[in-house]
Amino acid sequence: MSAQTNQTSIPGGGTLLPLTLALFVMLSALAVVQIKHRHRTLTTQLETARGEHDRLELEWAQLQLEEATLAQHGRVDALARSQFGMIDPLDYRIVDAAGGVAPQVRP
Amino acid sequence: MSAATRAKPEMPDAWRRRAALGLMTAFALAVFGRAFYLQVVDKDFLNREGDRRHIRTVSVPGHRGAVRDRRGEPLALSAPVDSIWVLPSELLDAPPYMAAMANLLSLKPRELEKYLRARDDKQFVYLKRQIDPDEAKRFLALKAPGVFAQREYRRYYPAAEVAAHVVGFTDLDGKGQEGIEVTRDASLRGAPGSRRVIRDRAGHVIEDTDDIKEAQPGTDANLTLDLRLQYLAYRELKSAVAENHAKGGLIIVADAASGDILAVASQPGYNPNRPDDRDAASLRNRAVNDSFEPGSTIKPLLIAQALETRAISPDYSVDIGPGTFKVGTMTVRDEHATGVLDLGKLLAKSSNVGAAKVGLLMGPESVWAGYQKFGIGEPVGSGLPGEAPSVLRPYSEWGPIATATASFGYGLTVNALQLVRAYCAIANDGLMPQLSILRRNNAIPPQRTVSAQTARTVRRLLEGVTAAGGTATRAAIPGYRVAGKTGTVKKNANGAYVEGVHQSVFIGMMPAEHPRLVGLVMIDEPGAGEYFGGFVSAPVFSRVLAGAARLLQIQPDEMPVPVPKTQTASAALIPAVAAIGGVRP
Repeated sequence: MSAQTNQTSIPGGGTLLPLTLALFVMLSALAVVQIKHRHRTLTTQLETARGEHDRLELEWAQLQLEEATLAQHGRVDALARSQFGMIDPLDYRIVDAAGGVAPQVRP
Repeated sequence: MSAATRAKPEMPDAWRRRAALGLMTAFALAVFGRAFYLQVVDKDFLNREGDRRHIRTVSVPGHRGAVRDRRGEPLALSAPVDSIWVLPSELLDAPPYMAAMANLLSLKPRELEKYLRARDDKQFVYLKRQIDPDEAKRFLALKAPGVFAQREYRRYYPAAEVAAHVVGFTDLDGKGQEGIEVTRDASLRGAPGSRRVIRDRAGHVIEDTDDIKEAQPGTDANLTLDLRLQYLAYRELKSAVAENHAKGGLIIVADAASGDILAVASQPGYNPNRPDDRDAASLRNRAVNDSFEPGSTIKPLLIAQALETRAISPDYSVDIGPGTFKVGTMTVRDEHATGVLDLGKLLAKSSNVGAAKVGLLMGPESVWAGYQKFGIGEPVGSGLPGEAPSVLRPYSEWGPIATATASFGYGLTVNALQLVRAYCAIANDGLMPQLSILRRNNAIPPQRTVSAQTARTVRRLLEGVTAAGGTATRAAIPGYRVAGKTGTVKKNANGAYVEGVHQSVFIGMMPAEHPRLVGLVMIDEPGAGEYFGGFVSAPVFSRVLAGAARLLQIQPDEMPVPVPKTQTASAALIPAVAAIGGVRP
């Protein structure tokens, strides 16, 4: 009974409240759609980024391998000797950072 | 006709009306009942079925860890590759593609067909395993039915043969087979993870579910190896083995104080990148898997124990007469020495008679205890698999003959790592470190073997070996003092010593005053005439350790020239820099 008095006390309340609520329901429903869509877009982006990550990791592993293969000591050794005529240093002196000079190493 | 049809609905028979209503009610109930059943009772099942059509489990690979040397250089890396597999029945049903496939596989179409026919009933047949991802794309570009690619990881060993015995290799499925790959397999291996995702019709992932199992990538194995030294050791060993027409050889370089193994190589070797390049002999890591009689290389340990127990004093000398000595029924012979020898000469000339006399003076228990203290008979546990057991029989079984032979290194076996560990103790003022190939965060405290004083005395005696008149003048390194010992061991085959078949050993340390490095070189069965350790192995030691001294910037042994106070540091550096720049042949 009191609910009825309440309803009648608000002018036009009989239809305004349900309409407002209905509007909110509509808005939140649209928001859900919107959020869901954004979520999916972001997931797709994340997925693309993951793919890129995998691809870069693959490339990184291959580059490391390539570097290690090119810098192989045996290869550098042979190149240094044949192309540049380099030899092992036979006569050198070790200098420590403090300025002390060790005796010369000579063959 | 029209009047009659119009009249009929107005006056239906009661049973017809009831029947129609009843039928409609029954249908309505059936529809509602079914809806209720599907929506409420069977909801879980339907949800599951729906999910099954959209939710996919995606596996996330867990990479195998890398193996790196002490400076971070990769020794073993996993890189992605693709394997091509087919569903034979589907490909056989599409003959136009067969020729193109066969072409890519460099097979004749008939051969491919025969291969597939033989496996007609299989659901999964590999066509080509572990190929470059770019090559795999060419297979997939044909769009042949029933042809798929599978992502796998292949192990690559950039150092190839240089570090082969240490690093080892894995099989095609990524399981460790040899070396570090097998001892550290559990921690190197990663655990693949998985995640459940929702896909749309086009196959794009549109949503992650909460059901995620993180992939666990494997942990890297960090070795104590220094690839620069390892290469040097490998190169010199390989050329020495070839030069001496030897059956094989091994070399170990270790840090005397920490016990870090800086280089360890074995010959013959193999290329771990090529599965076809392996046989039983080349797979064996002689530095770990072989044991041998130490021969003369044991003498410094004997002398150290004798000095430590005060059985002899540092100025002890022994008369070996004509170089023969009868112990019971056995005659000990010396090839190079006669007369009175002090301790320095005893080691420099490597006198068996002298060693036997010292050993008999000490008694079996003391000789045995000395070897025991230096770790003979105790596994090294370096982290390399398949360590050969060493045999040191209990002294209670030793008679005079066994005591005498044990004094010059026969009748007991060691592996190369044990010998290196024992010499590390002499190099490190009596403190014997734990040898390891794996980098350790907390160092295991070294064990005291003999006093620092004794160790220094033995080192000084061992310097005579590489000095003029010693057995290993070729082990000398310009600018450094080297202490070491040769060993030329007769090979024991089936309990009998084989005449003319030797193992030539040199083990030494440098710089002798405060040794940083201990190195062991062994050449197995040199066949080019020379077989003495001092001729065959010592030059390898000299070349490798000289290179190591330069790479590790070890100060030469002579006292450093003090910089005069009045001179500025930069001025003092000028001649030094000039000396570095000017290479004299």
